[in-house]
Amino acid sequence: MDVQVSFTLNGKMVSAAAGSATLLVDLLRNRFGLTGTHVGCDTSQCGACVVHVDGASVKSCTMLAAQIDGCAVDTIEGLSGNGELHPLQQAFHEHHALQCGFCTPGMIMSAADLLKRNPRPSELEVRDWLEGNMCRCTGYHNIVKAVRAAAGVMGEEGS
Amino acid sequence: MREFDYYRAGSVRDAAKRLAASGNAMLLAGGMTLLPALKMRLNEPSELIDLGGIDELKGVKLSRKGAHIGATTTHVEVAGNVELRAAIPVISQAAESIGDPQVRNRGTLGGSVANNDPAADYPAVALGLGATIITNKRKISADSFFVGLFETALGTGEMVTEVLFPLPQRAGYAKFPNPATRYALVGVCVAQFKSGVRVAVTGAGPSVYRLEDFEEALEGDFSSDALDGLSVSAANLNDDMHASAEYRAHLVGVMARRAVAMALD
Ligand SMILES: Cc1cc2nc3c(=O)[nH]c(=O)nc-3n(C[C@H](O)[C@H](O)[C@H](O)COP(=O)(O)OP(=O)(O)OC[C@H]3O[C@@H](n4cnc5c(N)ncnc54)[C@H](O)[C@@H]3O)c2cc1C
Ligand code: FES
Ligand code: FES
Repeated sequence: MDVQVSFTLNGKMVSAAAGSATLLVDLLRNRFGLTGTHVGCDTSQCGACVVHVDGASVKSCTMLAAQIDGCAVDTIEGLSGNGELHPLQQAFHEHHALQCGFCTPGMIMSAADLLKRNPRPSELEVRDWLEGNMCRCTGYHNIVKAVRAAAGVMGEEGS
Repeated sequence: MREFDYYRAGSVRDAAKRLAASGNAMLLAGGMTLLPALKMRLNEPSELIDLGGIDELKGVKLSRKGAHIGATTTHVEVAGNVELRAAIPVISQAAESIGDPQVRNRGTLGGSVANNDPAADYPAVALGLGATIITNKRKISADSFFVGLFETALGTGEMVTEVLFPLPQRAGYAKFPNPATRYALVGVCVAQFKSGVRVAVTGAGPSVYRLEDFEEALEGDFSSDALDGLSVSAANLNDDMHASAEYRAHLVGVMARRAVAMALD
């Protein structure tokens, strides 16, 4: 069975037909060519596939494409504007918060959701928030630093 | 995943009708448990009935009876509800301790109680507070709802629409999270009412259960000292790569004391 979905993707209205068992991540990657959203585990654990649906971070390997009809979906590709990096992207670059880069899009989309809810997170709050994002390379330390730098709270208590 | 049909229900009636009409359909709430299970082919439904578009199933309301929480209210909505946190903080604390932010953004109360995972948090709070599970057909007390491993009293064609949590005088929920998933290795909910004390344990056995000797001790004296001298047997407790039965038995005592301390705080 195919399901027709219309939704806003990185600010633009789009429509597509998707198989009813198609995952959101597969729709994004295969139908729209947005391969910045990664599949790490496909078991809801690693967070490499995190995107925003109606402003909230979700694991796109654990949503059906059919479920996003009428929603707004934002992916890593929509984060920077006018050729300028988003503050989180800039901070990840400056603080060496990635090595292989596989986890990075999910980390950044997850962190962007955190900063929207909590613009000045402590180190502990960043670590706690990133519970659902795994990184096999960096040891997390520079990721936490980068998120706090993007928030402009480096050097404050708890950094 | 095997193919299935997808249907977005518009109301509880619509979903219930659809569920009754098809022998092999399943309800889809947050999908945080069901979609991984479908990927592993643990279930092979002919159709998924999505509850996500049903407004009447969402939200938190407080009344003199307690907190009425709609089945598709997400963990993040429960954790973020200010009035609920003021009235029955133990529910908010349990909700915010679940998994990770992305799981909390999608996962729902109804999905969690209907699934009755032996290590889930909400079943402990529902049983600890003596909640009532309301379905499209009837009201079921938590004491009879949670039947066994991944098993509840829900019949075919039945769906959870709301959970009603009564107001305790005080309550606490303490869990020792599995470091990989944050599911409870052991979690204990303690609640004091005028009518008595209830103690519910998750993570330790095949399904959430009450600990009667702890309840009696706390009824005499609601303090962690009252639990001194009580021991928990490891017989019939879960024993797996995450923890031995003996360790879980030990944790039940520790978490119960912490839950009492939280209730008194
Ligand atoms: C990485 C990860 C970590 C997690 N950590 C925790 C944790 O720490 N603690 C914890 O408690 N849980 C945890 N969970 C589970 C999470 O809380 C889920 O939200 C919950 O188990 C299921 O809720 P759901 O809304 O996603 O249900 P779904 O996955 O949509 O459904 C689950 C089952 O319930 C049925 N169902 C759903 N809604 C209803 C209804 N209204 N009436 C009748 N049947 C219904 C479905 O048919 C299905 O069989 C975790 C999950 C993941 C993926
Ligand atoms: S690919 Fe979605 S959580 Fe790992
Ligand atoms: S940079 Fe390689 S997994 Fe995070």
